[in-house]
Amino acid sequence: MADTVRPPKTAPKGKAAKKEAAPAPRAYDGPPDYRVVGRHGVFPETTHDEVARFNFLAHMNRHLAANIMPGVGEAFEARIKPAFEKKEKRSFKDRHEVRKALTQDPMWQWWSALRRGTMESRQQAGRWVTLRQADDLNSKVREMTESDSRLVLAPGFRQPRSTEAIDHHCMPGSYHTELVPGDVTGPANYDIGIFATTGGMLGRFNDGGGVAVAEWVKQNMPDFKPKRILDIGCGLGHNVVPLAQAYPDAEIVAVDAGAPMLRYGLARAKSLGVNNITFIQGDVSDLSQFEDNTFDWVQSTMFLHETSYKSMPKIFAETQRLLKPSGIVLHVEQPQYTADMPLFEQAMRDWDAFYNNEPFWTKMHEIDLDAWMEKAGFAKDALIHGGVAAVVDPEVFPEAAKDTKQEDYGRKAAWHVIGARKVA
Amino acid sequence: MTTKLDPLALSGAKAKGKRPWFLKDPDVERVMNITLALMQEVAVLRERMDTIERLMERDGKVTKASIEAFTPTKKEAEERGAWTQEYIARVLRIVQQDREAIERGEEASSEEVAEEFATTTP
Repeated sequence: MADTVRPPKTAPKGKAAKKEAAPAPRAYDGPPDYRVVGRHGVFPETTHDEVARFNFLAHMNRHLAANIMPGVGEAFEARIKPAFEKKEKRSFKDRHEVRKALTQDPMWQWWSALRRGTMESRQQAGRWVTLRQADDLNSKVREMTESDSRLVLAPGFRQPRSTEAIDHHCMPGSYHTELVPGDVTGPANYDIGIFATTGGMLGRFNDGGGVAVAEWVKQNMPDFKPKRILDIGCGLGHNVVPLAQAYPDAEIVAVDAGAPMLRYGLARAKSLGVNNITFIQGDVSDLSQFEDNTFDWVQSTMFLHETSYKSMPKIFAETQRLLKPSGIVLHVEQPQYTADMPLFEQAMRDWDAFYNNEPFWTKMHEIDLDAWMEKAGFAKDALIHGGVAAVVDPEVFPEAAKDTKQEDYGRKAAWHVIGARKVA
Repeated sequence: MTTKLDPLALSGAKAKGKRPWFLKDPDVERVMNITLALMQEVAVLRERMDTIERLMERDGKVTKASIEAFTPTKKEAEERGAWTQEYIARVLRIVQQDREAIERGEEASSEEVAEEFATTTP
């Protein structure tokens, strides 16, 4: 069979071709090499090949978001929506109908299968790195934290149902499991692998979100000088460390249900030279260990979606109780599903809820947060709304705010802020 | 302290919560996952090869330690990243083509065109 491809007639030949420098085939728009990730004192050691594995996974996630996910939108417009409308003689009534229709389409099926598989591979890759050096990591963290008063664990603490029911974002063991006493391999895995999940969008210390929040507060509330800050659902502290750095004279309390996160978080913060955070184990829907009116600022970053319908009103009420008059609460989350958000986008944003073990994600994003804040006692005219995008070193990392090429629904490093100032 | 943790057994642990399957045949999805894992390992091998080549060019020799210590410059990292982008695009070509087929809409097959070309009636 003849090969029908011939060089174009305009192709330079002979001497003319030699004079031209070989042009770069295309401008590079992929993630940076993993070796730009910042290494704090308890960061796991990684071999050449382990780094290469994270590099591949970061690229896969970018490829899925930039080159395959748009195909789902195209399939939706070209065949999924028309087929539904033809059959049902009406348009979709809600995002769940859209999602169910999507699940029948091969483009969605392959994108989803690849996305889930990539997430599972990312977990395996990170777990291998941390588990093979578990002894070293665990003892290093133990030495740095065991006699430190800034680590307050609650012996016999019972995990809330919202953390215990399912392993969030396919992370085996979730935030709380200890494979051996004093185990920190879970948080270490989270820490080293988030680069791959986000394609490098969160910056050197995965702190692009926290840095953005600190900058947003400084810009919007220049006179605000918080003395005491509470971070709820702090995880390993990558979002609260930037607040501690921005307000070095403030006393910061970071609460989470997972003891491994808190241990690792304290060691990590200390090794980064951050010494004004106390890590406390607790259930943030009942923070009765703290007095009323004792915090200037209560912060949650990408946390509410990992709670539940039952606990969220309690969390909002607790923040209201704990704030000093004129204090502020800020919750950073992916955008809510408002009436002006297309049902297709809502359905795509729900993917993590149903296929990446984030069960509350779907309901959480349909809540009228303003109404819930008011119900918790915040005044309507004292509510705060805003938006932030990860702040990273633009020389090295991709900037979410400028990235118009991909919309990795639910995972883009750009968030909404909902909050309130407590009336004095 | 000696740990009883076996990284090989524990790394690939299943997350709590029933796994969703996406493709029409779960066995196809199992094969896809195995292929995806191999695809990852080829990328790892390639990055190691690239490191060895660059070390040979730079130092004229290579050791295990120099491989582990190698850090690409930004330009080198971009060359390696560009290769990975190319590689993924090549392996996932069929998905790209599925996407293009949506854009094109209904197209005649070669078999149908053959019929047309074989028609002698005006």
